[in-house]
Amino acid sequence: MTAATLSPPRSRTGTRGLSALIAAEAKLFLRDPGNLFFVVFFPTVLLIGMGYAIPGMREPITDLPEPWLGLRAVDLFAPLMLCVAAATGGLTTVAAYLAGYRETGVLRRMATTPMRPQGVLSAQILVQLAGVAVGGALSLLVASLVFGTPMPQNPLLALVVFLLAVAAMFSIGVLIGGLAPKGATASGIGMLIYFPMLFVAGLWTPGPLMPDAVEKVATFTPLGAASQAMNDAWFGLGMPWLQLAVMAVWAVVVFVIATRTFRWEV
Amino acid sequence: MNITPTTRMPSPTTSSPSTEPVVRVSGLRKTYGDKVAVADVSFEVRPGEILGILGQNGAGKTTTVEAVAGLRTADAGTVSVLGIDPQHDPAPVREVLGVQLQESRLPGKLRVAEALRLYASFYADPREPEDLITLLGLQEKRDTAYDDLSGGQKQRLSIALALVGNPRVAILDELTTGLDPQARRETWDLIEAVRDSGVTILLVTHFMDEAQRLCDRVIIIDDGRVVAEGPPAELARQGRTGVTFRMTLNEPLEDVEVLRELPSVTDLTSADATTTVTAQHRRTDSGTLLEVTGGPTVLPDVIIALHSRGIVPDEVQTISPSLEDAFVALVGHPSEEDPS
Repeated sequence: MTAATLSPPRSRTGTRGLSALIAAEAKLFLRDPGNLFFVVFFPTVLLIGMGYAIPGMREPITDLPEPWLGLRAVDLFAPLMLCVAAATGGLTTVAAYLAGYRETGVLRRMATTPMRPQGVLSAQILVQLAGVAVGGALSLLVASLVFGTPMPQNPLLALVVFLLAVAAMFSIGVLIGGLAPKGATASGIGMLIYFPMLFVAGLWTPGPLMPDAVEKVATFTPLGAASQAMNDAWFGLGMPWLQLAVMAVWAVVVFVIATRTFRWEV
Repeated sequence: MNITPTTRMPSPTTSSPSTEPVVRVSGLRKTYGDKVAVADVSFEVRPGEILGILGQNGAGKTTTVEAVAGLRTADAGTVSVLGIDPQHDPAPVREVLGVQLQESRLPGKLRVAEALRLYASFYADPREPEDLITLLGLQEKRDTAYDDLSGGQKQRLSIALALVGNPRVAILDELTTGLDPQARRETWDLIEAVRDSGVTILLVTHFMDEAQRLCDRVIIIDDGRVVAEGPPAELARQGRTGVTFRMTLNEPLEDVEVLRELPSVTDLTSADATTTVTAQHRRTDSGTLLEVTGGPTVLPDVIIALHSRGIVPDEVQTISPSLEDAFVALVGHPSEEDPS
């Protein structure tokens, strides 16, 4: 069997071309107007909409104690928008992309090449992460420039909360994308989770405006915990250990389940 | 068709052309729960040949090639591609095996040239993407997004992607399904050109004409087993017992029975040419159409018998044995019938 035998170089098999793959996924991300709108611009659009469309949003708060006294309602939305950015990327686009790539055979075709389908997954998640980071940063920039919202008192904590929120949301996205048979199904399931997440995060009752009972429950949801922890980072309310732990547990547990249940084949 | 030979990966066959099989499958078995997809399949693919795997939908063709590509783990049996077992050591096989699978699309907004450059970047020694764009006639579509390509163009891109790694073996699964006749013929020419450039090809198809046109050898899989193997023409001959021809006579033949009694005639049907035959015969107002099957001498025997009665046939057409006939004889259904 010597004549027809060969042993090609094994080194770098599986990672060769990964940078080209990331570049290609980034291009595809930018060519999809839905991505650009939801992942990059939606938090900002939402913030501007809230700030201008709802009356009284820019009036100073008079009926809440310190540290809220003197802030405006719109200021309470700035930290929240980082959570919205994380949820939008993870629950809508990540889930839909992964399921769609399996549905259309993109992963299957990749499996026949030296590149592994896991490479597409990593590239896609990396690109979405960048999109979420840009989207979050843009909303902060606009909050600061347009509304003069204060920046976080504890920026490091805000960053940690943001990363944990993204990790939890993306894990859920990968879980949905790994199980949903079609891109459209994944999108639908993602949306079903997205809106309750926004609710527990306080999009309708930001920060101190959330009723106590709801807030207690929300603490144990990934985005509710993220939102509460982000508020603590923003307004210097102490160390939200419980919320950080809740997010970390969600992220790890869901990610482990997602990697075990991910279906590569139709 | 212009093919630029490119430098290949380790090419141990250049010094002495080897006849060692490039792909060897032995006793392959694969089940999904209770369903036996492949019961027992063995075959070999020799260097430089196009081997066709024929069978109905659900016969086990795709599962078989997926096992060769290392995409499926077999329940039993062995597979080897260039001496490597893709079941246990798939990574080196992926470097030398190009695969075009059915139902594998690309991201809709990825453009032709981008896709080829991207896939080229996965391989140690890829073909030049620009050469493949030329080879597959995609020059004018190089900046077109995948979603905007026609079915034939998508198929050609898919073949190009299977070849971009400069493979020594290519698996092409149902590559002309859904193409119009013109695109099919162009694809066939292309496959022959690819083979001529030194790539051994494993072609999965349920089109008999495609197999007859392209394949050096075919195996027919039915119900997860190989039921026949050989060159298409040989299998076609086996599928038919004797010679068949049709002739039109421009006058009614009263004593057909005389022909039926000829020793070399095994089967004879006659019909009124004006009512039953195709357009090309219809000019005969009161003729007869005969379809005769028999032994090797049946054609001259019938001509002589007619001649002795002063009848000269208007038109004689011998029917070439087709792979389709062999397939029907072996499998019991026409090739394109869905068994479900």
